[in-house]
Amino acid sequence: MGAGSGPARFTLRQKTPSERLVDQGFVHLTRLLASMVGVVLALIFLTVLLQSLFQGNLSDIFDAEHGIWHGVHSAANEDTLGLLWGALPEFGLSFLSHTRWDPVRDIYGAFPSIYGTLLTSLMALAIAVPIGVGTAVFLTEDYLPEKIRTVIGFMVELLAAIPSVVLGLWAFFIMEPFLRQVLFLPAHHLLGWIPFFSAVPTGPNTASAVMILVVMVLPIITAISRDSLNQLPIELRQGAYAVGTTRWGTVMQILVPAAISGIVGGTMLALGRALGETMAVTMIIGNSTNFNVSWFSPGGTIASLLANQFGEAEGMQVSALYYAALVLIVMTFLVNVAAQWIVRRLSLRYE
Amino acid sequence: MTITAPRLGATSLLYESSKPRNIVNRGLTAVAAMFSLIAVLPLILVLIYVLIKGGASIHPRIFFELPPPPGLSEPKGMGNAIIGTIAVTAIGALVSIPVGIGGGIYLAEMGRTTKFADAVRFGVNVLSGVPSIICGLFVYALVVNTRVIFGESFTAVAGGISLAVLMLPTIIKTTDEGMKLVPHELRLAAYGVGASRFVTITRVVLPAAIAPIATGVVLAIARAAGETAPLIFTCLFSPFWPDWERGLGLLAPVATMSVQIYNFGVMPFETQRELAWAASFVLVVLILGANLLARWLARFTAR
Repeated sequence: MGAGSGPARFTLRQKTPSERLVDQGFVHLTRLLASMVGVVLALIFLTVLLQSLFQGNLSDIFDAEHGIWHGVHSAANEDTLGLLWGALPEFGLSFLSHTRWDPVRDIYGAFPSIYGTLLTSLMALAIAVPIGVGTAVFLTEDYLPEKIRTVIGFMVELLAAIPSVVLGLWAFFIMEPFLRQVLFLPAHHLLGWIPFFSAVPTGPNTASAVMILVVMVLPIITAISRDSLNQLPIELRQGAYAVGTTRWGTVMQILVPAAISGIVGGTMLALGRALGETMAVTMIIGNSTNFNVSWFSPGGTIASLLANQFGEAEGMQVSALYYAALVLIVMTFLVNVAAQWIVRRLSLRYE
Repeated sequence: MTITAPRLGATSLLYESSKPRNIVNRGLTAVAAMFSLIAVLPLILVLIYVLIKGGASIHPRIFFELPPPPGLSEPKGMGNAIIGTIAVTAIGALVSIPVGIGGGIYLAEMGRTTKFADAVRFGVNVLSGVPSIICGLFVYALVVNTRVIFGESFTAVAGGISLAVLMLPTIIKTTDEGMKLVPHELRLAAYGVGASRFVTITRVVLPAAIAPIATGVVLAIARAAGETAPLIFTCLFSPFWPDWERGLGLLAPVATMSVQIYNFGVMPFETQRELAWAASFVLVVLILGANLLARWLARFTAR
């Protein structure tokens, strides 16, 4: 190589200023777009919080003449124009424990809805987790040819893609009348002395909402459990078989414990989905705001309360509904964060 | 201490089907098979009912006519809801695809391991867990009730925005994961021939990752098309054709198939119920088609 030729001919090409400008602009643009996620989340939380703190719409709250800048009045003062306190300051934490939802007297307690939300979600999980994990095991063992297993897995995933309103329509016309004859009425006749089964099932009720939630969370649990079972190294299974374990001994004592992080994480995600599920539950739960201990009487969840009452609500009721929404947001947020933490904490690493 | 070796009988290594553990084994296999059947059964039943009940009321005129007033049986169609679903979903896609792909590019290419990127990934997971009804309430408070869109309250645009909020996490996640699968050598080669970062990403990495991204986008659109909860309080419903005078019908309340199922399904009128099943049929076929398309796209990449 000649002395003068190298550096001169092969000088590193410098970016032109315009190129650099485009590059930097692009980086900033994508960062801006990525931060939209945070902006949207913050806006959702702030909007719901503001609406539960004050009555009236957002533009009234920040209105220059009557808005928040001029103080807030209690609902008792009828003459004051301007901003009124909403449900969060009015009812405080007693909102969570009171059982009376009375739009006529503007007294709101969301306990029946919160109880309904937790009850339906947890019962749905209690039914769906064994079925989902069992299906996942069946799909990862070699009982059936690979092709059939893929088809079954695909079908379970398709179930997750069916819109919840379609499932609700199906539950309303087909599933609930069928289950009422086959399951609910016999259960009521046999076990009617237990308070949970005391009401005569006559139509939409809490138990059928649980059933449709099972159908909705099953694909999530199955898909995530199957993925985490599939990712286990083959040596685990070989080692277990080598010491003479049966197939189910391997599954129960080696494979499921090894995949537990994925299974629990999937279950928590399913719980988050069940807590917030709206349409199917609204169509099948009966939408009662009265507290009722029987599973065969109409009930309600926070989501169904919102879907059912928000359209016709006014004044304090709107604020109370936003307060209920705030409770739901906090609940799903905690469940989702717990799910991510569990997956990270429990996951075993195989090298 | 003496260790007594277990005495191995001649038959102890053979499979004894009457041993408790083997009985348990067979029992659990049967239970698992039954669970799988239970898991698949709802899908089959839903599909059968939707295809039979919905399929029976599918007629060409259903696509060109309006729904009847309550109690009457003529006209019998849902053309307005089909147009509405397409319009609202398209608005959602138009808002969320650029934002989602841009955000995904940042996560995969710019900030891969930065704290900010981790925070955004956390935010994406939280946002994908926000119940869809909350999205509806949020957009109602922010857009509908404040009348920020040209002084209109319930509009197709507001519905599109709430669907965009729902689609955003899926699109960011699939873009992020799809671009991470692109081999690093491709980027190095592009930088090696003097390409700038912008050119590398838009001309080399993005085309290489387009199939997984397209899969995610198709699935997100399919999910959004069937969403109901965020639309009840944002686009409301309308039994009429879109009002073309008001921003091509986008600045007015609009009917969608999913809300039609919710509104008509529980009405005591036979025609309305038929239309609810018909809308279910169209939605389910649309969504199954989109899922098959997404699967085909995924296989397309694997090759």
